[in-house]
Amino acid sequence: MTERITIDPVTRLEGHGRIEIFLDGAGEVANAYFQVPEFRGFEQFCVGRPVEEMPLLTNRICGVCPEAHHMAAAKACDAVYHVQPPPAAVLLRRLLYAAFYFADHTTDFYALAGPDFVMGPDAPVAERNLLGIVHKLGLEVGGKVIKARKYGHAIVETVGGRGIHPCTAVPGGMAKGITAAQAAEIAEMGRWAIEFVGESVKLFDDIVLGNPAYLEMVTGDTYTERTYYMGTVDAEGRLDTYDGRIRVVSPDGEVVGSFAPAEYRDWIAERVEPWTYLKFPYLKKIGWKGFVGGADSGVYCATPLARLNVANGLSTPRAQAEFERFFATLAPGDAGPANGVGHGMVHHRLAGHWARLVELMYAAESIVGLATNPDITSDQVRTVPTEKPTEGVGSVEAPRGTLFHHYWTDERGVLTRANLIVGTTNNYAPMAMSVSRAARSLIHGGTVITEGLLNRIEMAFRAYDPCLGCATHSLPGRMPMIVTIRGSDGAVVDVLRRDG
Amino acid sequence: MTGNGTGNGARAAAASAKPKFAMYWAASCGGCDIAVLNTSENVLDVDANFDVVFWPVAMDAKYRDVEAMADGSILLTLFSGGIRNSENEELAHLLRRKSKLLVAFGSCACEGCIPGLANLSSPEQLFAAAFDSITTENPEGLRPQAEWQAPEGVLRLPVFAPVLRTLDQVVPVDYYLPGCPPERHQIAAVIQLAIKVIHGEAEFPPIGSTIGAGHSTCCDECPRTRGIKKIKAFTRPQEMAVIDPVLCLLEQGIPCNGPATRDGCGALCPRAGAQCIGCYGPAEGVVDYGSRLISAFASVIDATDPADIERIIATIPDPVGQFYRFSLASSLLRAGRAAWDAQGALDAGRAGAAPAHATAGAER
Repeated sequence: MTERITIDPVTRLEGHGRIEIFLDGAGEVANAYFQVPEFRGFEQFCVGRPVEEMPLLTNRICGVCPEAHHMAAAKACDAVYHVQPPPAAVLLRRLLYAAFYFADHTTDFYALAGPDFVMGPDAPVAERNLLGIVHKLGLEVGGKVIKARKYGHAIVETVGGRGIHPCTAVPGGMAKGITAAQAAEIAEMGRWAIEFVGESVKLFDDIVLGNPAYLEMVTGDTYTERTYYMGTVDAEGRLDTYDGRIRVVSPDGEVVGSFAPAEYRDWIAERVEPWTYLKFPYLKKIGWKGFVGGADSGVYCATPLARLNVANGLSTPRAQAEFERFFATLAPGDAGPANGVGHGMVHHRLAGHWARLVELMYAAESIVGLATNPDITSDQVRTVPTEKPTEGVGSVEAPRGTLFHHYWTDERGVLTRANLIVGTTNNYAPMAMSVSRAARSLIHGGTVITEGLLNRIEMAFRAYDPCLGCATHSLPGRMPMIVTIRGSDGAVVDVLRRDG
Repeated sequence: MTGNGTGNGARAAAASAKPKFAMYWAASCGGCDIAVLNTSENVLDVDANFDVVFWPVAMDAKYRDVEAMADGSILLTLFSGGIRNSENEELAHLLRRKSKLLVAFGSCACEGCIPGLANLSSPEQLFAAAFDSITTENPEGLRPQAEWQAPEGVLRLPVFAPVLRTLDQVVPVDYYLPGCPPERHQIAAVIQLAIKVIHGEAEFPPIGSTIGAGHSTCCDECPRTRGIKKIKAFTRPQEMAVIDPVLCLLEQGIPCNGPATRDGCGALCPRAGAQCIGCYGPAEGVVDYGSRLISAFASVIDATDPADIERIIATIPDPVGQFYRFSLASSLLRAGRAAWDAQGALDAGRAGAAPAHATAGAER
């Protein structure tokens, strides 16, 4: 008898996601489908709009990470007009972006990922959320998390003009600068942020690294996927979330190459499946070989874990120290291949939560570095374009993956075509594979499907902080889940539910 | 917000004294939910005064939980997002039935917002731009299917609607809370008002009102100075060497939507040196946003000769986007020919089903 397990909804990816797991006659997992039922059509209706509106219109793709679209769009506008923003504008954009990362990663760590570890994957559902963390670790920690989010959003508001859907990045720079007093205030918030991240790292140390059972879960096969990795690096090969070349590294740690944003079409292709509205990007040079990992498959991953895997290091001191500890712990003694990046590859998806903390420290340190740079208060924040607009690509590292905006315009700067590859989309294939692997690892003939098992399947995609991570930005931060088990005749055999 | 892993019985009994609250997102970006969460302490007030029975971003109830509730048992539902597919539509009907007061929350639910610009295209044009894009390897021209036979069983997706609709084009709406997203001080004020109402200290405004916003235009909140508005051409911000930091942007020739847009945000964009793009929707009493804005722009054009007027108007590169950026789906036309034709074909194919565009506002 074929059984079918429907998990609907697993989460909210700007709407909804659904997992269909099919079991074979022996009760083993035959196949699993991760469906995305949402489509709005931005590529088409951006056509005909003036290119300077793209940083405003494409914000509305995502209210969780509008800053990523705002920045990628503004950089694409710069490219369309062949213009370089003045130094202060670049500093301001970077500051806005670092503050965004700080708020975004904080909420992911505490509201979404944290509860699985702090409370435990099998803890009572009612406790496995941010409020549970607050109860367990104390109100002081909860207060700090709220303060961290507030600080992040306050900086975005000061630099970006608005808290959600910022409006200040324009072709050639920024619409406004900031005052010395504002910069000083932001630097102060950044110093607090560094201490806050330090405490968060210590929390992770105590709870996860100090617990052999968790360490085994993190490094076990259930949550491990060997794929290619992608991320943006600076001229020295260090992580850069705002600008640089995009580096691709093989599952064995070999640098396959790196490319400028404008060359993305040589590297990335996308696949369509009839059962989902979301496409599956893959490495064009390797090719699509199905939902499999390894060096022969073009499936790649672009997450905080991927960004650390492809980077030689980080440019801020405390984040660099944490980066070194990350690889010394999870890939000890591994210097990688000769044509590698100087460290081993970490394929454990759950280690992505630690990687996110490393980036969180980088973001906090960057806030201070940028806000104390005397050039940031210059009023020279915009370069006026002099050339005719044509075509341009803008790219940033969105928290959930490399983001590409590609526009073609007529000579008035009105869009004639747009192509977007969005952060989470990069990880659609590996995410589907991780869910499938967790299901295959955890469900066997005769397995009693419990709530804790559901959570362990959920942890497989949670490691990617997919922009279903809207749920991340919530207070209790639990995802709803129902599993319906049907017989081959469609009759409901059993229904398992998990409420928040 | 209560979590309960085993059932809702205990929670229902304990919370029966409190009125019920729900929030849902249809075809949205999630920014409305984030805006509500950003009111931090106010969310705790909601939790203290309401039984939050359904709010996917923040807590964990299911469609089936909502289906099991008595009709009209939710006092207040905030509904964000437009109606883009069959699942959005089903949830709109379900939540209307279960809610005493249904609020169209944010620009998408109120007026269609940016995703409403899709109404200028047919579904096939929208699909082609995505699924035949320059980076997509799709030689067979595959499209997502509402129903697809996988080797192991049938997989289903919601049906994409050719015309994106606003919430009140699908079900009757009690209040409108505009903004993309609504600003958090406005959301906080509405939350505090609702709490007063349930304690008998205030009353809800008349049904059909716009709440959480002003009753004038964005210009009234804008600190920029205004003189005599007379312009010889519209200019785009990137073309201007200097943008005066205190003078009205429209007077500088930048097509700022302030004169037609409802106040309530505090004129954040003009304060930051950027033009108003109209996210708070039509000002009080305005039926068609674009018509009002056209009339406002016409009044600043400094010309009497028709050829001159023609030349000045031609300096607006994208009239439909300029005048209906957020409000196309709620405008008098609502959609272009390509979308209407596809909608008509879909409706005709549904035996006995009423055409989607004929149900607008018809249920109350």
